[in-house]
Amino acid sequence: MVAVERNLPVHEIAVRTGRDRRRRLIRTVAAVAGLLVLVSAPVSAQIDLTGSWASRMYEDWPERGPGRDTVDYSGLPLTDEGRAKALKWQQAVYNMIERQCLLLSPYVTGFEPQGLRIWSELDASGRVIAWKVGGTIEHAIISIWMDGRPRPSPNAPYFFDGFSTGRWEGDTLVVTTTHLKASHMRRGNGSPSSDRATVTAYFTRHDDLLTVTTMQEDPIYLSEPWVVSRTWQLDTRANLQYSSPCFAKTELPRLEDTGVVPHYLPGENTQADFMTKTYGMPTEAVLGYAETLWPEYRKKIKDTYVPPVACGRYCCGWAGFQGLPDSAPNLRCIIGGGYGQQDRELFREFLKSTAAGTPRPR
Amino acid sequence: MLQRTGMTGLIRDGRPVRIALGCLLAFSSIASAQGPDPAGAPEAPRPPRAAAPIDLSGYWAANITEDWRWRMVTPARGDYASIPLTPQGKAAADAWNPSSDEAAGEQCRSYGAPGLMRAPTRLRFTWLDDNTLKMESDYGMQTRLFHFRPQAPAAVKPTWQGESTAQWVMAAGGRGQGQGGAQAGTAGAGAVAPRFGSMKTVTTRLRPGYLRKNGVPYSTNTILTEHWDVHKPENGDEWMVVTIVVDDSANLQLPWITSMHFKKEPDGGKWNPEPCSARW
Repeated sequence: MVAVERNLPVHEIAVRTGRDRRRRLIRTVAAVAGLLVLVSAPVSAQIDLTGSWASRMYEDWPERGPGRDTVDYSGLPLTDEGRAKALKWQQAVYNMIERQCLLLSPYVTGFEPQGLRIWSELDASGRVIAWKVGGTIEHAIISIWMDGRPRPSPNAPYFFDGFSTGRWEGDTLVVTTTHLKASHMRRGNGSPSSDRATVTAYFTRHDDLLTVTTMQEDPIYLSEPWVVSRTWQLDTRANLQYSSPCFAKTELPRLEDTGVVPHYLPGENTQADFMTKTYGMPTEAVLGYAETLWPEYRKKIKDTYVPPVACGRYCCGWAGFQGLPDSAPNLRCIIGGGYGQQDRELFREFLKSTAAGTPRPR
Repeated sequence: MLQRTGMTGLIRDGRPVRIALGCLLAFSSIASAQGPDPAGAPEAPRPPRAAAPIDLSGYWAANITEDWRWRMVTPARGDYASIPLTPQGKAAADAWNPSSDEAAGEQCRSYGAPGLMRAPTRLRFTWLDDNTLKMESDYGMQTRLFHFRPQAPAAVKPTWQGESTAQWVMAAGGRGQGQGGAQAGTAGAGAVAPRFGSMKTVTTRLRPGYLRKNGVPYSTNTILTEHWDVHKPENGDEWMVVTIVVDDSANLQLPWITSMHFKKEPDGGKWNPEPCSARW
């Protein structure tokens, strides 16, 4: 505060008084401006995403549960290069030390059964510096920088979690991710993502639901943006696994120091027609052609698609594996595909019945 | 004249305080986007159409990147993977018979609102009037009406698309018409609509239908809650994302939660209506 001295001449007092008034006015306006910033702070702070978000596997259950079939690229808009690279893939490639972390694409979690844990990191004044997305195995923690730091040079190091910045659009956190290492973008089928891929992700919370919409663009392996929307539910029990960075180690001694890279040569993938044989899916859908993602494709195959006569594999899976207290007792479904001797036998029966053209009795 | 120092002086001076109050008043007017008009008369509430924080109007195409073989084509009977059915629901799904549906004139069972939103369809949104948003599908030629009103009228006969009430959920905490909080319809006529927000709809009075083409059932007591968002990535595309919760204790052990996305199209050039089919 500025005090006015009593022993000054009158004209000096008048000058100083006017000066003081101006200063006081400036300080008042500054204080009001500060107050406005405080008042507006909640607007820019937006929605709190903090918490444990449980996976609800109500979409793509077979892929997120037992695992995707090895040649099923349905839902992907692959380029010819992407398709060729995916068809080379063999599961055993993950046993090589230098390829064990290829599953660490940051948003592959949408194709896994685990949930998300989201927390924020604050500076000394309580402002959010970064949002962190983790809480699942098999992918690195995503750091979403909110402090306005610049994007690194294209020549900077690339990581499995890439480099992400975020901004708020209303109540939606919009995240841009670049600097991604080449990896696999879906679980368990080798669908490739290049180091030129970028992802725009939208984190939108509606009450206890969190919908994450990802839009991945990749000039090498995708012919159009690949959009996926997934929803998680707030889990106050925090029943999540912790993130697990990839620790590479030799699992198959035969691959150690031998130079062997498990792969299929072009045209030799033995699983290439599995989905067509098992589910009647058109080849172009199985192999990830972009046209198969849009409504007009359904009309194109109307006269040629032959559905399987009955479901024999992963028919209901959901109830038996969630372990939720309300899951229905005695709900019997065929799950097939390796969950036990009985299921394998049921699946073999199913294949025989479909080959004979007769529905399997349920 | 000598001035006192400190807050006492500021208060007694008066002028800075008046300035401060003026600033706050001006800010609060901007922030709330409401208040009396220059003549002092209260403004009429803006109708939901004018208050919309997102623009859903136009044509949107479903992009089937998830659950492809359950959404794009008719799956086999008994294929209810991902859906938490009750034994009653499973029994009904196992009994699916498209011939019976056709004979009973029920071939639109998989085109009811809970199933329609996961279908390979195009959607067309238009405003029927200031309070009613209309959504049409070319797949099965269905029409949904979203009424911006607090609740659905009682004693309405169930239909495939049911009765939907809608509200805008404004970004930064305000809620739209139909629930507590800032009312979407109360902003002044000269105010600019909030730039961000979403639409929440609740649909009831549904005629029993199918969640999937292959007869996975939902009952007439189903409550369908949907959250509608629009995202605009830098590449110029525009996407609508719908998060839906199907609550049907008769057929589902737990609410079935999914999300779908639709890409905006420049015009209706690909709009291709077709009637319901019980098989395809």
